[in-house]
Amino acid sequence: MNVTRGFTGRPRVHNPGLPPGQYDAGDDWPVLSAEVTPDLAPADWSFRVDGLVERPHTWDWDAAHTLPASAYDGDIHCVTGWSKFGVRFGGVSLDAFLSVARPHVSATHVVAYSHSGYTTNLPLADVTDGRAWIVWEYGGKPLPSEHGGPARLIVPHLYFWKSAKWIAGLTLLDHDEPGFWERNGYHERGNPWEEQRYSGD
Amino acid sequence: MPGRIAVSNRTAAEWQTATLTEIRRETPQAATFRLAVPQWAGHLPGQHLMLRLTAPDGYTAQRHYSIASAPDDSGNIELTLDHVPDGEVSGWFHTTARPGDTVEVRGPLSGFFAWPGDRPALLIGAGSGVVPLMSMVRHHRLRGLTVPLRLLVSARGPEELIYAAELGAETTPVFTRRAPQGVPVGRLAAAHVAPLLADQPAHGWEAYVCGSNAFAEHASRLLVAAGQPVERIRIERFG
Repeated sequence: MNVTRGFTGRPRVHNPGLPPGQYDAGDDWPVLSAEVTPDLAPADWSFRVDGLVERPHTWDWDAAHTLPASAYDGDIHCVTGWSKFGVRFGGVSLDAFLSVARPHVSATHVVAYSHSGYTTNLPLADVTDGRAWIVWEYGGKPLPSEHGGPARLIVPHLYFWKSAKWIAGLTLLDHDEPGFWERNGYHERGNPWEEQRYSGD
Repeated sequence: MPGRIAVSNRTAAEWQTATLTEIRRETPQAATFRLAVPQWAGHLPGQHLMLRLTAPDGYTAQRHYSIASAPDDSGNIELTLDHVPDGEVSGWFHTTARPGDTVEVRGPLSGFFAWPGDRPALLIGAGSGVVPLMSMVRHHRLRGLTVPLRLLVSARGPEELIYAAELGAETTPVFTRRAPQGVPVGRLAAAHVAPLLADQPAHGWEAYVCGSNAFAEHASRLLVAAGQPVERIRIERFG
C-alpha cells in the first residue's frame, strides 16, 4: 500500500452500494459527452433493432411509447469516479423491443449507436432479462438533452459510458466489435464492481 | 465522431509512483504540480491521467486530471489543479502536498481529445479547461510546428488567467467579469469565433473545447453556428 503523507480523505461511512474507487456525487449529475449535444426533437427520434434478428424493426417516438412502461430505480456509476444513488429513469425495457425483433440464437453481442454517431459494444446478455432500458424520463420529467434526451439507453450495472445517449439503435452481431471509447482505451465490458475501467484492467 | 489515437493500453493499466518535485502558483486558485514519473511512457497533448491518493486505513480517492505539460521525454509531467471547495484530492494538493511527497498515477488515458500536432487546431477553453489546451500550445512551440493553432481562453479576470505570462500571439483571452483597461468585458461570443472560421486554414480546423459543462455547451454551439462541422469538435467537460 502506497500511503500518501497527510492524506486522510473525506469522513466516510461504509456504503455497500459504492463500487471500488467511486465516490458519491450526491445531487450532482456531471455531463461527460465528448461530442456536441445534438438538437434532437422527439419527432425526429427513432430507435432501430437490426443485425442478427428475425424482424428488423424501427420505432418512432409514438410507437416506442405504446410499449409497456418500465422504470429503473437504483444507482449509476461513471468510469470517471462518481456514482449517483437512487435515480429513477422511466421508459421501456429493452426486452420489449427485442421481443418484437426476435434475436437469432447466433447473436452474442450488440453495438449500440447514437443519433450523434457514438457507438458502444455490449454482450447481448448484458442488455436482456431486465438489465437495460430505453428511457425518456428522469425523475418524472423529460430526460434533458445534455443527458441524452429525448431518449437514451441505460445499462446501469455497467459503467455509464455503455449507456449510450441519444440512442438510435442496436445492431446484433455474432462477435464483439469495440465501440467509440473501447477503441480509445476503455475496457471492453466495464463492470464497476470489478473496476473494469480501462483496457487491461 | 471518428476515433483518433490508439492508446498504449498496457502501460496505462499500471499504477506508477510519482514524486512531487515542484509546486508553482499560477493564480490565487490554481497551482501547477510537477511530478517525476521515471517510467512514464509519454503522452499526446490533450490526454489525461488518473491520480490516486491513499489514506493510512487503505481508503483511496482517485481523480482524472488533464496533463498540462508537453510530451518531452524527460520523465516529468505537470498537472495544474484548481483548488476546488471541499475538494478531497485538490484540497490535499493545495494544503498539504510538498516536494518529496509521492502519489500514484496511471496513464496516459483516452486518445479522443489528443492532438498529435498534425492538423490545424482551434482551441477554446475556460478556467482550468485551458490545461490540456496548454499542453497542445507548448507542444506546438517545443517542436516548432508551423501548422496553424489558435487559442481562445475565457477567465473571470486577468488574475485568474492561468499561464497568463506564457500565452502569446496565438491566444485571445476573453474576460467575463474584470478586464484590463481598454479590454472589453463579456462572455465568449460569436464575434470571437466568427473571424477564426471566416479565415480558416485549408481543410479547416480541428476544434477542441474544454471547460465546465455549461461553457462546453455554449462554446460548442457557437462553433456549430459559425459553421464548424460537429464531427470536428472534440469536447472535454469538467463535470
